[in-house]
Amino acid sequence: MSEKPAAPMSPTPAQKVRPATDLQLPRAWRVDVRRKDPALDSHGAALGQEAKELEIQGLTGLVAVRGTLLSPGYSRGDVERIARELLSDPVVDVYTIAAPGEAPTAPPKGAVRITVAPQPGVMDPVARSVAALLERAGPRPASGPVEVATFRAFEVQGQVPAAELQRLGRRLLANETIDTLRIGTDDLPFRAPAGGGKRGAVNVPLCELSDKELEQLSKSGQLSLNLVEMRAVQAHYRALRREPTAVELETLAQTWSEHCKHKVLTGQVDFRGQRIDNVLKSTIARATRELDRRDFCLSVFVDNAGVIALDEEWALGIKVETHNHPSAIDPYGGAGTGIGGVIRDILGVGLGAKPIANTDAFFVGPLDLAPGDVPKGSLHPRRVLRGVVAGVRDYGNRMGIPTVSGGLWFHRDYTANPLVYAGTLGLLPRQAVNKRVAPGDWIVAVGGRTGRDGIHGATFSSIELNEASETESSHAVQIGDPITEKGVLDCLLVARDRGLYRGVTDCGAGGFSSAVGEMGAECGAEVWLERVPLKYPGLSSHEVWISEAQERMVLAVPPENLDELLALFAAEEVEAVAIGRFTDTGRLVLRDGAANNAVESAGQLVGELDMHFLHEGTPRPLRSATWTTPDVPEAGVPTCKDVGPAVLAALAHPNVTSRAWILRQYDHEVQGGTVIKPLVGTRGDGPGDCAVLQPLPHSTRGAALGLGANPNQGRLDPYNMALASIDEALRGVVAVGGDPGQAALLDNFSWGNCDKPENLGALVLAAQACYDAAIAFRAPFVSGKDSLNNEYRVGDRTLSIPPTLLITALAIVPDVSRAVTMDLAKAGDGLFLVGETRAEFGGSVWLEHNGRALENGFRAPVPRPDLERAPKLFAALHGAIRAGLVRAVHDLSEGGLGVAVAESAFAGDLGAHIDLSRVPLAGVPDGVDRDTVALFSESTTRFLVEVAPEHAEAFQKALSGLPAARIGEVVSEPELRIDGARGKGLAKLTLDSLRQAHRGHFQG
Amino acid sequence: MLHTETTKASKRASTGPKALVLRAAGTNCDGEAVEALERAGARPERIHIAELARHPERLEPAAIVLLPGGFSYGDYVAAGRLFGRELRQRLGDALEQHVDRGGFVLGICNGFQVLVELGLLEGLDAKGQRRGDDARTLALVDNASGRFECRWVHLRSEPSQCPFLVPGEIWPVPVAHGEGRLVVSSPERLEELRSRGQIALRYVTAEGGQPEYPELPNGSLEEIAGLCDPTGRVLGLMPHPERNQRPWHHPRWTRLGPREEGEGLALFRRLVHLAAQVR
Repeated sequence: MSEKPAAPMSPTPAQKVRPATDLQLPRAWRVDVRRKDPALDSHGAALGQEAKELEIQGLTGLVAVRGTLLSPGYSRGDVERIARELLSDPVVDVYTIAAPGEAPTAPPKGAVRITVAPQPGVMDPVARSVAALLERAGPRPASGPVEVATFRAFEVQGQVPAAELQRLGRRLLANETIDTLRIGTDDLPFRAPAGGGKRGAVNVPLCELSDKELEQLSKSGQLSLNLVEMRAVQAHYRALRREPTAVELETLAQTWSEHCKHKVLTGQVDFRGQRIDNVLKSTIARATRELDRRDFCLSVFVDNAGVIALDEEWALGIKVETHNHPSAIDPYGGAGTGIGGVIRDILGVGLGAKPIANTDAFFVGPLDLAPGDVPKGSLHPRRVLRGVVAGVRDYGNRMGIPTVSGGLWFHRDYTANPLVYAGTLGLLPRQAVNKRVAPGDWIVAVGGRTGRDGIHGATFSSIELNEASETESSHAVQIGDPITEKGVLDCLLVARDRGLYRGVTDCGAGGFSSAVGEMGAECGAEVWLERVPLKYPGLSSHEVWISEAQERMVLAVPPENLDELLALFAAEEVEAVAIGRFTDTGRLVLRDGAANNAVESAGQLVGELDMHFLHEGTPRPLRSATWTTPDVPEAGVPTCKDVGPAVLAALAHPNVTSRAWILRQYDHEVQGGTVIKPLVGTRGDGPGDCAVLQPLPHSTRGAALGLGANPNQGRLDPYNMALASIDEALRGVVAVGGDPGQAALLDNFSWGNCDKPENLGALVLAAQACYDAAIAFRAPFVSGKDSLNNEYRVGDRTLSIPPTLLITALAIVPDVSRAVTMDLAKAGDGLFLVGETRAEFGGSVWLEHNGRALENGFRAPVPRPDLERAPKLFAALHGAIRAGLVRAVHDLSEGGLGVAVAESAFAGDLGAHIDLSRVPLAGVPDGVDRDTVALFSESTTRFLVEVAPEHAEAFQKALSGLPAARIGEVVSEPELRIDGARGKGLAKLTLDSLRQAHRGHFQG
Repeated sequence: MLHTETTKASKRASTGPKALVLRAAGTNCDGEAVEALERAGARPERIHIAELARHPERLEPAAIVLLPGGFSYGDYVAAGRLFGRELRQRLGDALEQHVDRGGFVLGICNGFQVLVELGLLEGLDAKGQRRGDDARTLALVDNASGRFECRWVHLRSEPSQCPFLVPGEIWPVPVAHGEGRLVVSSPERLEELRSRGQIALRYVTAEGGQPEYPELPNGSLEEIAGLCDPTGRVLGLMPHPERNQRPWHHPRWTRLGPREEGEGLALFRRLVHLAAQVR
């Protein structure tokens, strides 16, 4: 019996596999390279392993072959030389060559060849790098240009039925959104087909359309504008007595997209009888304004990232982005371009910052999901997770930026709509925090070329996904090219230090339309589209203008510096081209025509927009919001009868287990500034609370990056969820030695459709909690980004993600030599629990373990920090750390004390002996087992602290007036011993058993 | 102009030997390499391959050429392949002359991969000729784990021709690479490397014992972590000694008590000391 593909990647698979009679061999030289010794084919072996996991019938082996296609203009001798010297390794590889139009060597008997190639037009960084080298160092073809394309081939061994080959190709080897998949045939794409795009002005009849027609136009043109917005556009053009051009309409759609404009958060909301004029301004931004920390906040909410002071001379810029929808469709490309985009935000903050650290956070479906439960059109969570990890790894590592902090959470309702967050921290001189564009400055585009890739990314990210998203929106998905971006980074920072430009921003969502539109918002700009360097011909004017091709930035260069700037970029072979000028007209003028070298463009006018209407003309909708607590019974607190197995189960919970398999694939030490690493302890298996960086080699001032989120709390109580997440992020930075008095926060909301009042109500409550917590902790929000349409439609059912707020905390570490880690360090030391424990189990590991989570139909109180006491506790603990009174600190989060003490013990290779009856408890209801509360409650603002006997008294004094108690000690026997109110010896667990449980099953 | 010199250490050395830190698109450990060279008393200068190719004479005053870590040209096709190939084409002779003059070359991580591709570690063949492309005998391939590995390991400096390593010394250092598994073309060639004193560094356990994964992070042949050329003046190694220079680089420094500097800096100090005597 042959199994049908469980989740077809394409609704029309028949079109993808062409019949053999139609076979078109590429008009190019073809070089296939493989390992001589199959034992060295680790790529093939790894895929073979994953194929086994998919239970591909009959498969006995998989051999990976790297393939390259080269210009037909090369001689055989040249191709031989390129194959020998460049494409293969003489020690370990063998290669074969097929001439243009000639069939390649057949696969070995009994094997079937599956070939996967990037679709024409999809970024192929390998081919780009090889072609660039051949251009520079030769050989070049006798006729025609240097052309290179790559492919991957897999020789599948065994008796594998045709349907299984398809399943293997679709589920593992190719992503047909971006790849061409060939099974048993050798036809391959070679050149990007010439597009049919026309240059020049195209009028779009709009003024006479009815409401219904306006809506249709928005949908068919993928504008993602609602009727009210379409009417505003119509009114504007009726007043102008003309029709908009395609370029104008696209520019408005990009600029007004939810992704760029945050219409929900900045819109008006009716909630609980109150009219909130602008949710963002009245909560998150308001807290920052009221805190008024001008000494600390150098730039907030106005630039590509928030900027805080590091010391007198230096500043830190930070930004965290979401890249959810592209990652759902192509996890690898989506996560890679996500990190690439946020790095550009940092390159484009102020006059440019040097990226010094990356963070990531992933929210995905359960890894043990049965294949049949994967919604149609979605990828299995394992594939999603592997893909996003590889995407961040390959982009971050290649950029030379350490990925130091991360988070990973699982929930059923992320299956169809995973969340991918990426953040970057940058270092810049305080003198470079501000920018100001002047009329007359050249608009210079640097970095990657413009192609049809990523068209409508901004509007795409603002819509609901559905079964067809994968195919309909493939142009919104891209592959990153980190080496182009690295070249931009290298040149940009030199140009900054030479003072060659006075404004910079990245081309993100909306491409040039957003970048130039934003930079020129105060003055005006004229752009000559014919000057934009293209990857291939055939783009229409509006495609050039709105393409979201990666790795591009825009600079404002004073005329007297233009030559020097262009020469600087040229010296390192990074493309830089002047594409227009900033003006003083208050208008955005777009021209396109024959390319020429004249000072002014002679091109035709293809669009002209009033900057004020473009940026301020968005109608502000009024939405209503409500919130009701889920109407389900209270879960209570199931008593933990058998403590040992319960602790092991908590350690093995997917939200708790080791992330080492991910972190070890990230270069978390490049640049040499990571002084507290993400994994700590004697064997490097301790999950550190957060990483600490020392950005300046001559100064011991450092920075700590912490994350907080809990997707299991949002549906129960969005207000407390937000408070708890802020507490968690700050707790992390405090635990390593960060100063809570010099901490900044970032918010990233990922929500379901906010046209639904319940979703919007949850958002308003979470935002209000952000205000309350920021004020209480005196920690200003400095940046944020939201993604508010995370829903997925299958048939007539709409699945929504849990309301998810990721909080990032960035704190100054006054002296990195005083930083601490979470691993127990010395037998005989005391173990203190700092902070109060209450019976707070909403969203906890313990309730999930007992089948009493919200998904099982129960509610429970979500942990709520005491906003009066928490800031005092953070400050007191920080004082004790700076005074050198503590040996180790671990914050308590998922899984509570039971998880924290276990992790600290195995990380330090030392035992611990604790007594639950000494844990400071409060408000535990009668009839609830106090030991269970002490061990597994997830109350916030708590730390496990190791203190040497000689410092015990001073430590207690430092914490006086705050809940803190000595609950046990560090012991040399390699075991965790737990006593409680119920009796002694509730559990005795070896360190090895703890380590084993924490390791988890999935290793990538 | 903005004052943005992040390392004030640069003022320390105005008399030390000159070192060129060679960059290409994707080089990314040049900053920490410069920091280590400065701490060790050299006068490092970063230079882009395109610039050096235009002005190969700039090699002449340099006593040290350092090829730093990173992903030169993305490490596309294979790690170090494109950069190694380009260097061979554009600067191969100049680099050989640099070594013949008594100059030093240090290749770290991607720099080691580039040296292997460049052929600078091969030395002479039986006929006394430099080995060409066809005669390349060394390769660094994908880690046995099939993955990029970022972790700390221990190295033992072996008795070798390399004058800036102390044989028998065991020292901690991080690795961060996906392709660090050494393959040698034949057992005879391996024997030759051994007899010529080219095996410079091996992965060991903390106590100096036989390592297994992850102490041996990449499955390298005979646990080899670094090779020198027959003169000893060219050294390539996968681990990153420049990432163990500050007192807080060690992953367990919080457990170790006060430290002056990381163990990796000693290599740079000895290298710079020897290079100072070149001319």
